[in-house]
Amino acid sequence: MAEALIPTRCSALVIGGSAGSLDVLLEIFPLLETAINFPIILVTHRKSGNDSLLADLLQSRTGLKVKEAEEKEPVLAGYVYITPADYHLLIERNKTISLDYSEKINYSRPSIDVTFQSAAEVFKDGLVCILLSGSNADGVEGLKIVNNLGGLVVIQNPNTAIMPYMPQQAVNNVKRHIILDSFAMAEFINKLNR
Amino acid sequence: MISEAIDNEQVDALLSDVLEVHGYDFLEYSHASIKRRITRLYTLDNFVSFAEFRYAVKNDKQYFKRFLEEITVNVTEMFRDPGFYQSLRNDVLPVLGTYPFIRVWVAGCSTGEEAYSLAILLRELNLLQKSLIYATDINPSVLEKAKKGIFPLNYLKGYSENYVNSGGVKDFSSYYTANYSLAKFDESLSSKMIFSTHNLVSDHSFNEFQLILCRNVLIYFDKELQHKVFQLFDNSLEKLGYLALGSKESLDFWPGAKQFKRIKLEKIWRKL
Repeated sequence: MAEALIPTRCSALVIGGSAGSLDVLLEIFPLLETAINFPIILVTHRKSGNDSLLADLLQSRTGLKVKEAEEKEPVLAGYVYITPADYHLLIERNKTISLDYSEKINYSRPSIDVTFQSAAEVFKDGLVCILLSGSNADGVEGLKIVNNLGGLVVIQNPNTAIMPYMPQQAVNNVKRHIILDSFAMAEFINKLNR
Repeated sequence: MISEAIDNEQVDALLSDVLEVHGYDFLEYSHASIKRRITRLYTLDNFVSFAEFRYAVKNDKQYFKRFLEEITVNVTEMFRDPGFYQSLRNDVLPVLGTYPFIRVWVAGCSTGEEAYSLAILLRELNLLQKSLIYATDINPSVLEKAKKGIFPLNYLKGYSENYVNSGGVKDFSSYYTANYSLAKFDESLSSKMIFSTHNLVSDHSFNEFQLILCRNVLIYFDKELQHKVFQLFDNSLEKLGYLALGSKESLDFWPGAKQFKRIKLEKIWRKL
């Protein structure tokens, strides 16, 4: 991994994923350092229903504090915020969370595009976004904006993704990006922590 | 580095115009959401410049009508969050049923799906004849749709599932008539509804209610505005009346919350 690509600071990390991304998250989380000096926001497509399930699952594998994102709460370093099913998650100028029940984007709510874009507008070049496995093109438009506003784009290697379509769309359409295998992701995130 | 389509200052300038010229105050809405709605509309309508967009919003009455429709979120469904409606059916409405007359306010009713869901519950509990549902929204055009009670037929399968999951045992299709791609709900349901514009930001309390439903509206407001609206609801709620919010909304952190007691696990509070 080229060290030069690691940004000098990371203000926030947003991870987006759809079908096939849970396996990657379960692989990454046990390897993360337990004191991380930026917030992590997760946006994954899933059925509405038992919201706390994913939070419990990830919490059992990390020392970071994992919680379902709540309306108007500030995003704090060292926390992992999970986007609730059936709501879009946006970041406000004062770095608090807004939930939004507007139209689905790319047939999805939450939409990864929505969170990537709104985080990019707030964190600009301090933002790092990771796009994982999935089978639609959600996230790609958001990553373009992340790119334009100076943030760093990381894409799971489509060859190692259970559903390669989503990361492949990002590779094809987002100009500046890094491609990582899932096993290299935890190390990459830990290196952002400095 | 390319800048955003519309930046924060432009959003604020546009919203100031809207308040000044049209009297609608969106300045206390959650900024990220409203900015996204504005950017979406600006892109959708292919304006060549922000100045042109701003001019249209300010001076073109027809366009402002569209702006108001598009800037507010009008996504809603029938029996959304079945557990919530189950709790209304089992815990709340039977208590209200002991009163001689039931007044309900659906605040921010959009196209009316929640008002119709509620009317169905009241009907099934034999309470509709002594109930009145006030359904209000900031946006006159959605109220026109709500009055008609006509919804796209392809949504009805999902609504019917929600209804069953909320404890409904009737044949859901007995409440509407299907005609081509539309479903028209029974007029006896809407005969107990009063539709009116009401702006939660600027309008006052207009009656006293035993139940206020305001679900997935407050998420678009900033904290200060949320607190003002809670005060408005408090002023509009009888003693022992109920306030129902969306699944991600809460009375917690509002200073007046100690006068309210939460019912079970749903986002329903009872005024003490």
